[in-house]
Amino acid sequence: MPSVAFLAVVYVGGLLFGVGLALSQMARPEVVLSFLQLADFGLLFVMGGGAVVTGLAIAVLSTSDSTAPLTGARYGRRLRSMDRDVLVGGTIFGVGWGLSGICPGAAYASVGIGNTPILVAIAAMLVGAYAKTLLTG
Amino acid sequence: MISAALFNSLFPNGILHYFAGGLLIGLGVTFIYVLTGLTPGASTVLESSWSYVSDRASFNRPGMVDSRGWRLVFTAGIVSGAVLYTLLSGGGAWTTDVQLWRLGIGGFLVGLGTRLGKGCTSGHGICGVGSRSETSFVNVAVFLLFAIGTATLVAALGVTP
Repeated sequence: MPSVAFLAVVYVGGLLFGVGLALSQMARPEVVLSFLQLADFGLLFVMGGGAVVTGLAIAVLSTSDSTAPLTGARYGRRLRSMDRDVLVGGTIFGVGWGLSGICPGAAYASVGIGNTPILVAIAAMLVGAYAKTLLTG
Repeated sequence: MISAALFNSLFPNGILHYFAGGLLIGLGVTFIYVLTGLTPGASTVLESSWSYVSDRASFNRPGMVDSRGWRLVFTAGIVSGAVLYTLLSGGGAWTTDVQLWRLGIGGFLVGLGTRLGKGCTSGHGICGVGSRSETSFVNVAVFLLFAIGTATLVAALGVTP
């Protein structure tokens, strides 16, 4: 069983993440669509700002000998193997994102700003995640 | 030197709230990473949560079952953070006008594509890019390109919003 402290840290981290998604307006599909239609490039600062902050922490800690206090895990980088699925999956995700204007994290935050119609998108994402295992076993 | 007119055409709503939001997203991920070593993405919960109700082997891999609890807690945190922002900003509830068929079909493709492609805007876009992962650079370039193409095409076909 994960400790209470571990789950509290994950919750608080998620909370900051959710405030950021709401503040940046990325929880609104219309704002994401205006970015994808190249009418407002501001969203570059959302992903860029998030990646730079995270990247600094990863760069410093993953080259150190220290371990994470709550799990004892060594700090690593988030690496995935490159294969055809990365390209096909990215293509399918891109078409879906461009059609709906919503990605998973932003969809959860969208519930929090009172956007009940987004529950349709989240239900459909769950079905899509199930469909993935029908393809890959 | 970038002119004011060019800046306003690229960023008609300014950049401050976008940048501040991005920093908070990064701080949330970094807070979890520093204390636990995890690099959380938002889309795995769509797959790991199926292990509560399905016996399918792929949902019941160790990586899924072991992480399904904290992934739900992370998701609850994201929802709570947006609730907190809404309460503090005093703006009240907001709902989208994007048509339900777009949310439904698009959402299905997002669920399928992020799980097949091993991550989403946060897993690849924040944690993977932050890790300088070549796989994530490629995935992000592909999904951005196809998202821009699709959104532009749908708008050109007169579908609004």
